[in-house]
Amino acid sequence: MHDSQSTTGPATTMEHEAHNPALRHHFADAQQQKNAASLGMWLFLVTEIMFFGGMFCAYLVYRLAHFNAFAAGSQQLNIWMGATNTAVLIVSSVTVVLAVKAAEAGKRKVLVGYLVVTVLLGMTFLVIKGFEYREKFEKHHVPGPTFNFTDKFDDNGKQIPVNPKEAELFFSLYFAMTGMHALHMIIGCGLFTVLAVLAWKGHYNPGYFTPIENAGLYWHLVDIIWIYLFPLLYLISRHS
Amino acid sequence: MASTVIPANRAPAPTPKLNYLNNGHTLKSWLLTTDHKRIAVLYLISVTAFFFLGGFFAMLIRLELLTPQGDLMQADTYNKVFTMHGIIMVFFFLIPVVPAVLGNFLVPLMIGAKDLAFPRINLLSWYLYIIGGILISHVMLTGGVDTGWTFYTPFSTEYTNTKIVEAGLAVFIAGFSSIFTGLNFIVTIHRMRAPGLTWDRLPLFIWSNYATSLVMVLGTPVVAITIVLVAVERLFHLGIFDPRLGGDPLLFQHLFWFYSHPAVYIMILPSMGVVSELIACFARKRVFGYKFVALSSVAIAVFGFLVWAHHMFVAGISLYAAMIFSFLSFSVGVPSAVKVFNWTATLYKGSISYATPMLYAFGFIGLFTMGGLTGLMLATIGIDVHVTDTYFVVAHFHYVMVGGVLMGYLGGMHFWWPKITGRMYPEAWAKLSALLVFVGFNLTFFPQFILGYVGMPRRYWQYPPEFQALNVLSTAGASILAAGYLLPMIYFVWSLRYGKIAGANPWHAAGLEWKTTSPPPTFNFDETPVVTWEAYNYDEIPPWERRAPVAR
Ligand SMILES: [Cu+2]
Repeated sequence: MHDSQSTTGPATTMEHEAHNPALRHHFADAQQQKNAASLGMWLFLVTEIMFFGGMFCAYLVYRLAHFNAFAAGSQQLNIWMGATNTAVLIVSSVTVVLAVKAAEAGKRKVLVGYLVVTVLLGMTFLVIKGFEYREKFEKHHVPGPTFNFTDKFDDNGKQIPVNPKEAELFFSLYFAMTGMHALHMIIGCGLFTVLAVLAWKGHYNPGYFTPIENAGLYWHLVDIIWIYLFPLLYLISRHS
Repeated sequence: MASTVIPANRAPAPTPKLNYLNNGHTLKSWLLTTDHKRIAVLYLISVTAFFFLGGFFAMLIRLELLTPQGDLMQADTYNKVFTMHGIIMVFFFLIPVVPAVLGNFLVPLMIGAKDLAFPRINLLSWYLYIIGGILISHVMLTGGVDTGWTFYTPFSTEYTNTKIVEAGLAVFIAGFSSIFTGLNFIVTIHRMRAPGLTWDRLPLFIWSNYATSLVMVLGTPVVAITIVLVAVERLFHLGIFDPRLGGDPLLFQHLFWFYSHPAVYIMILPSMGVVSELIACFARKRVFGYKFVALSSVAIAVFGFLVWAHHMFVAGISLYAAMIFSFLSFSVGVPSAVKVFNWTATLYKGSISYATPMLYAFGFIGLFTMGGLTGLMLATIGIDVHVTDTYFVVAHFHYVMVGGVLMGYLGGMHFWWPKITGRMYPEAWAKLSALLVFVGFNLTFFPQFILGYVGMPRRYWQYPPEFQALNVLSTAGASILAAGYLLPMIYFVWSLRYGKIAGANPWHAAGLEWKTTSPPPTFNFDETPVVTWEAYNYDEIPPWERRAPVAR
């Protein structure tokens, strides 16, 4: 009776709604369940924004208070690795969209393919991030007893001395923000791995692919957070 | 189904019908349940346990303050005791109590749904609460924390060598429990309402839980990240709040109070919703100004986010900022007053009966008004500078949080106890306990207003001898209060076995939750109700049911 599940189109799923194994008992119909799940996901994203918002707030406050040190710290970041990672994430957002499209069209193998590519892109990001962190260790830019910051803020040839303690604060926030972002990337990679396995087993069909959509929303949010982190941490002090 | 003949003496079997309580008896059927009503019961048990744990610390504080010198404990222990009292009462009792117990039980019932939108997330949030609770108990048993529940930096990040990180983790985890509850409620109220139950027909308890959930979802993540920052600062010696590294301790206070002031509304709003239900039922009238009462909840949630710096008037913010926050704090008084005036207007020409829940509702109005008005005093910069960190502040927030929240909660527990268990509580004992709570509460906390005003600072284990008389009064009141809280524990448990069978609607109340059996079946309603009436349509109830019966 469920043999035709993976091949049923949108029209036939409506007929078979009563048998839809994904429909949980307390919902009246699949549409209500889908609406509830997506509203829930959007609300969760709101909490994520508030969560990161606390750190963005701290960053902005301290950037205003210690502009020179933050600019000098910013110049020490590896802009090429940051830019590459930005590109990687943007591409991964595209593959997520394509995965959702594939789920909508009921193309199981394509769906699994895009999910796997997304996970690989996410891991690429994390590996590059790891190299960046290693560079910080080598340059003694990791806050703590070994922290050492002798660089001067070099803007238009002027040497502005920088309080190393304030630069340490910049790197504290750099690690707190990118670390928290990386943690979300790791969770996202795990999520998509699970979804890829479930998709391979045929859990999703054009009538039910809400988890793919919602995980996609999560991934886009994590990308967007990076899209703000990149200019704030790497770019805005690099004028001239 | 076959037994349609009801035996004349239906004594021993509590409820012949299959309901949520007897649908599965194993421990597993409780611990892995996704039924919102069972989860509410799980919360009821755990929240009560933490209430008595927090109350135990309160008793230690009051005993120590019986005499001016430190005789029961010294400064270090005292600091840990009031910290544990604060953390447990705020994060593990007051914040979850009404939403997680009464809200969990009632939100789906009141909107005619089979369950919350995400039953498994609901169970997860109970487990998060328990994990947080176990962690904080572990902290308590292995040394405790001495920063006060506010975790102020740089003391918490630099100087204290107590278990900040673990306590922070406990609060962080409990915070996510609260976030998930809020998220679940918002989605449920948006997406799961019965046909015909439009927004302007929703019970006010739903409105207030909706507003609460907004605060939970928007505020809690901020305190979560703040705690994370404190923890990483402590663990990795970052300098985010450390002035020696260019950080700013004031930023911690801003982030902390951005959540922790609105948290006061997480606590009080659901209780306000309870009071609206009680007043309507026991005055047999539609709540006066329904729309204003409903929207005032949302207004409180919104304004509540704009007033946090009134906790920082003496912390070093600019006078200009202080003036703005003072003004905004006054503005929260408006929607709060809207509620109080509308409740009183509802009573006017009502057919009032004085069952226990109504006594608690009256208690709530009186004590909340006291707490609210002294809140306006504290929002006035001049007075606040005078009484900052004195017992005046302690008395003020206990009037709101204990006088307000607990009165609402106990009123609600008595009101819905027959729905939750199918049994009536003993009315005479309940009235006695309501009286003890009211008298004990005022005797405990009113002297603290005076103590604070004449200069007794909070958070000290000893004090000048001239403060002793009022402190003795306060401790005496606390003993009466404790008796008032223990009594319901006893007779509620007693009533589980010996209470009168309640029937579906012992109060002849109007809400949807009364249109199903008590206790309700697992999926709440045999068939989904269709709503064609406004909330609190007491004027449409048949005349012989108009007056709420006084239970005996
Ligand atoms: Cu406040």
